Amino acid sequence: MEASGGVVAPGAGVREGEKEREEARAAVRRGPRRNWVRPLLMTIAVVLICIFCLFPFYWLINVSLKTGSDLSQSDIFPPNPTLDNYDSIFKNDNFTSALKNSVIVTTVTTILALIVGSFAAYALARLRFKRKFLILALILSISTFPAIAIAAPMFKLWTDIGIYDTRIGLIIPYLTFALPLAIYILTSFFKEIPKELEEAALVDGATYFQAFRKVVLPLAAPGLVTAGLLTAFFVWNEFLLAVTLTSSPDAFTVPVSVANFTGSQKFEVPLGTISAASVVITIPLVLAVILFQKRIVAGMTAGAVKG
Amino acid sequence: MEAASVKLGRGRKKRGKTFGSEERRLAALLLTPAMAVIALVAAYPIGYAIWLSFNEYSVRTPGLSRWAGFKNYTEAFGSSEFWEAVKNTFIFTGLSVTLELAIGLGMAIAMHEAFKGRGLLRTVVLVPWAVLTVVSAITWRTLFEPNLGLAPQILDAIGIGGDVVWLGQEGYAMAVMILADVWKTAPFMALLLLAGLQVIPDDVYDAAKVDGATTWQRFRRITIPLLMPAILVALIFRTLDALRIFDLPYVLTGGSNGTTTLSLIAHQELTTNRLIGYGSALSVLTFIIVMAVSFIYIRTVGGNIRSLAEEG
Repeated sequence: MEASGGVVAPGAGVREGEKEREEARAAVRRGPRRNWVRPLLMTIAVVLICIFCLFPFYWLINVSLKTGSDLSQSDIFPPNPTLDNYDSIFKNDNFTSALKNSVIVTTVTTILALIVGSFAAYALARLRFKRKFLILALILSISTFPAIAIAAPMFKLWTDIGIYDTRIGLIIPYLTFALPLAIYILTSFFKEIPKELEEAALVDGATYFQAFRKVVLPLAAPGLVTAGLLTAFFVWNEFLLAVTLTSSPDAFTVPVSVANFTGSQKFEVPLGTISAASVVITIPLVLAVILFQKRIVAGMTAGAVKG
Repeated sequence: MEAASVKLGRGRKKRGKTFGSEERRLAALLLTPAMAVIALVAAYPIGYAIWLSFNEYSVRTPGLSRWAGFKNYTEAFGSSEFWEAVKNTFIFTGLSVTLELAIGLGMAIAMHEAFKGRGLLRTVVLVPWAVLTVVSAITWRTLFEPNLGLAPQILDAIGIGGDVVWLGQEGYAMAVMILADVWKTAPFMALLLLAGLQVIPDDVYDAAKVDGATTWQRFRRITIPLLMPAILVALIFRTLDALRIFDLPYVLTGGSNGTTTLSLIAHQELTTNRLIGYGSALSVLTFIIVMAVSFIYIRTVGGNIRSLAEEG
């Protein structure tokens, strides 16, 4: 049946009308050429994608290796490549302290988000209680909040209680904005772990906490890695709250520090140094992407395609 | 035997009940930290922002304030700055999200077709996504900088722009901002759509091929409809992000040359001009616009949340 259908269909198309006939002829004409046309088109598409994705970042590295008059020429390869820009940013205390701040803020926020998030996700994935949908919808709606809406009140509040321009003053709002994503990812990962495993542990006399710690957590390790990576990416990248809630290099994070390089003198921007600093703060993320590509994609697409 | 099973059944039921209340208590305990953090940093500040927006604050004497009613709002609606920001924000959102969808879809299909090296391609595509938004702005700034940048020369060669200073001119500056956003986020779109493509069974295409459907017909009648849920989710994620755009104009142009956005003017009024009441009103208006769009979001992906909330 199926085989004969395949043979009949083009013929039927020809009988039905001029347009179909034209298409069928085109298909016949295309037929033998397909063997090499398709791979060629694919190769072109892949090359274009690679250039589109990688060239701008390569360009940034290129600029970071230029100094002096080379910075007013658009060579694709630096004519006199030098690491002077890198040398100067690592001698810049403002930049190195921003690096330290970002590492601390990112690490602490990520660990807290994983602890608090996995508690909440376990409850949402496993326990039976009322208004679960409402709670989950409420948590997720936070991720759509524009950060600007809480910028002014956070500024006033933090000034009043004395944690304006501190790392802890950034960690608290970051935790709030990171939690919805962490909870969403962890809940979907927890739900994939067979319930029977914990039930067996509970029947054997384990408490909920023991079942969670000894059965669920080890199995959820990939989910924790995914949620942790996406949280860390978010915190490392965040700019609006960082620029609103800090005012001194003691608390600046890397995006603020790099953006301030530009802000100070509008017309004589040290583009070489800024580019070097930009490359330095991006390298850890690019390495993470190379090492954890699968985990990151799993986190990005969690839930997005299930419906 | 029967009696025993009844007994067992009853016993289980009883245990189930105690488990039930224990479960609810545990759930409350586990959810409390997350809910507390969210209440502290989302619910309370939003309420406070609304309160601030109805007051006027003295610029000279910190702490001095008086009730202003809707004055900050009427001022916003009467200012050209606000409408300019609304216009820019919507132009930016509309154009960048449309381009991201088109390019993201193209990339997703190419990645789906490429059997060899799909993993490598996925890593390549993740690079722009991993680049910080601030760094993306700096990258595109160096690409469009007069003399240093390569982009104006390439565009001039194909007859676009001539010797215009891209970031220094209205319209052109917006184009660079959109380009920078498309570069950074089209890959995100592509990966969401690729995941959607991968769940479409091959049989559907084979059946259509057997029936003589052309490549275009297969794309139009099979790929697009079956990919719709993934497209919608990706569109909504991106739209909400684009409406909040702040980092890009801040670093690229500082909001000059027709690139100021809602988040940016609110931030400038709050920090540079120290107009806490007026700035808060602008923040609240941004919040309302974004929430109106995310209401559509909840309605579209509500099914996903519900399935996550379901038992088992």
